[in-house]
Amino acid sequence: MKRLELNNLSMSFEAKTVFKQLNMTIHEGEFVSILGPSGSGKSTIFHLIGGMLHPDEGSITLNDKDITGQKGHISYMPQAPSLFPWRTVLENVLLIQEINGKKDKSLALEMLNKAGLSSYADATPDELSGGMKQRVSFVRALMSPMPLLLLDEPFGALDELTRLEMQKWLLSLWSMDKRTVLFITHNIDEALYLSDRIYILPSNPNGKLMEVKVPFPRPRADDLWLNQDFLEWKKDIYYKLKPSEGYSK
Amino acid sequence: MNKLLLKSWRPLLVLLLLFGLWEAAVRFFQIEDWLLPSPSAIISEATASWDTFFVHFVATTKLSVVGFLIGSAVGLLIAVTLHRIAFFRESIYPLLILSQNIPTIVLAPLLVVWFGFGIMPKLIVITLVCFFPITVACLDGFRQTSPELKHFMQMSGSTKRQMFWKLEWPYALPSIFSGLKISATYSVMGAVISEWLGSKEGIGVYMTMASRSFRTDRVFVAIFAIMALSLLFFIVIKLLEKWCIRGQSKEEK
Repeated sequence: MKRLELNNLSMSFEAKTVFKQLNMTIHEGEFVSILGPSGSGKSTIFHLIGGMLHPDEGSITLNDKDITGQKGHISYMPQAPSLFPWRTVLENVLLIQEINGKKDKSLALEMLNKAGLSSYADATPDELSGGMKQRVSFVRALMSPMPLLLLDEPFGALDELTRLEMQKWLLSLWSMDKRTVLFITHNIDEALYLSDRIYILPSNPNGKLMEVKVPFPRPRADDLWLNQDFLEWKKDIYYKLKPSEGYSK
Repeated sequence: MNKLLLKSWRPLLVLLLLFGLWEAAVRFFQIEDWLLPSPSAIISEATASWDTFFVHFVATTKLSVVGFLIGSAVGLLIAVTLHRIAFFRESIYPLLILSQNIPTIVLAPLLVVWFGFGIMPKLIVITLVCFFPITVACLDGFRQTSPELKHFMQMSGSTKRQMFWKLEWPYALPSIFSGLKISATYSVMGAVISEWLGSKEGIGVYMTMASRSFRTDRVFVAIFAIMALSLLFFIVIKLLEKWCIRGQSKEEK
């Protein structure tokens, strides 16, 4: 995959406009976050890329191929773990390959091993904690042969400590896989810590989409979020999210 | 086994008490045998005429099993069709409910007129009694499929067929089994009713003959046999359920 492009996307539900003329480009191997207040259309963007919705205007291309309104081009991890309760962890992880591709049990076991979940392969989801379930859900998304990974607020429902731990874990797995990731979050720390680039959605549909390049080198330090520089960036993004509070550059 | 005993000693005790009360009442008030036989009289009749009764018992069991299998297959088929094709669901579902308002006892003689005294009208009666609980339970199961999981499947690019076999069908299994349990017990009742229509053997036949000759003790033998058969079917389905379903039982484990 070279890049995903959203070209002049406009979307509205009945009378309510969600966004107008939205443009984004995500390059191969990039980790890009979409940050925005609730109601700014973060999930709608995912539904459009996933082909569940059709935009009013504009197009979506993957490697210059038009995939507007088409399903089956991406790998997806939702906010809720969405594991199938009657399948074991291993069977859950294999599900994505049953849908698009060939089942590869040895690869699944290897991935579970890398993710530190090998001892849970035969457990059922109800035996796992919330964080563990999300790990399985992420491994399942990684098992997809699709080159683009959409993560929809995957840690939104976890407590702060588990969340930090999961972010570290996610980066360690991602650095091995180097897949293109598009990550939705409403948490500024999370976006800064994880991504190469951040798109900030405006709170009203007529506002402008903003973009921030994250300067921190990889691999990122565990305590990066306590760093003075990091806090300055956080402040900057905070005021971009809330322009009404009188920030001027 | 111990666990089963621990769980079932209370209803068993109540049952024994009821029988004791019944026995005492019949003896105390000196009730005639043809009006209400005592439990001991029923038991002695059951052991005495076991050989003749057993033939009827086997016939009814066979009929119920075949009828139940056909009824469940029809029920599942209707449920899947209605689920997959919205037009059918909207146009046919209300009619299905109407079909349950036809009194079986009235319909049965008509079926004999149309299909003769063979096995056909009997199987139709049992199917009519059996399919509905399964269809309703199955449709309910499909409809309640977790929207989160559905959403995940759609985003991951699953086809409609994958959605059905990987998500909706396994998700509906507990509901389907509740439907099967109800239908299994209904099927025995349906079989007995259909045997009243005219048959050479079966508990229904035995029952009719017994009540015509005022052999009330035999009627009771038949009643208890029907109850036992229904219970047996219920247990078989319950075991099947345990074997088929893991991790999502709607009842306690």
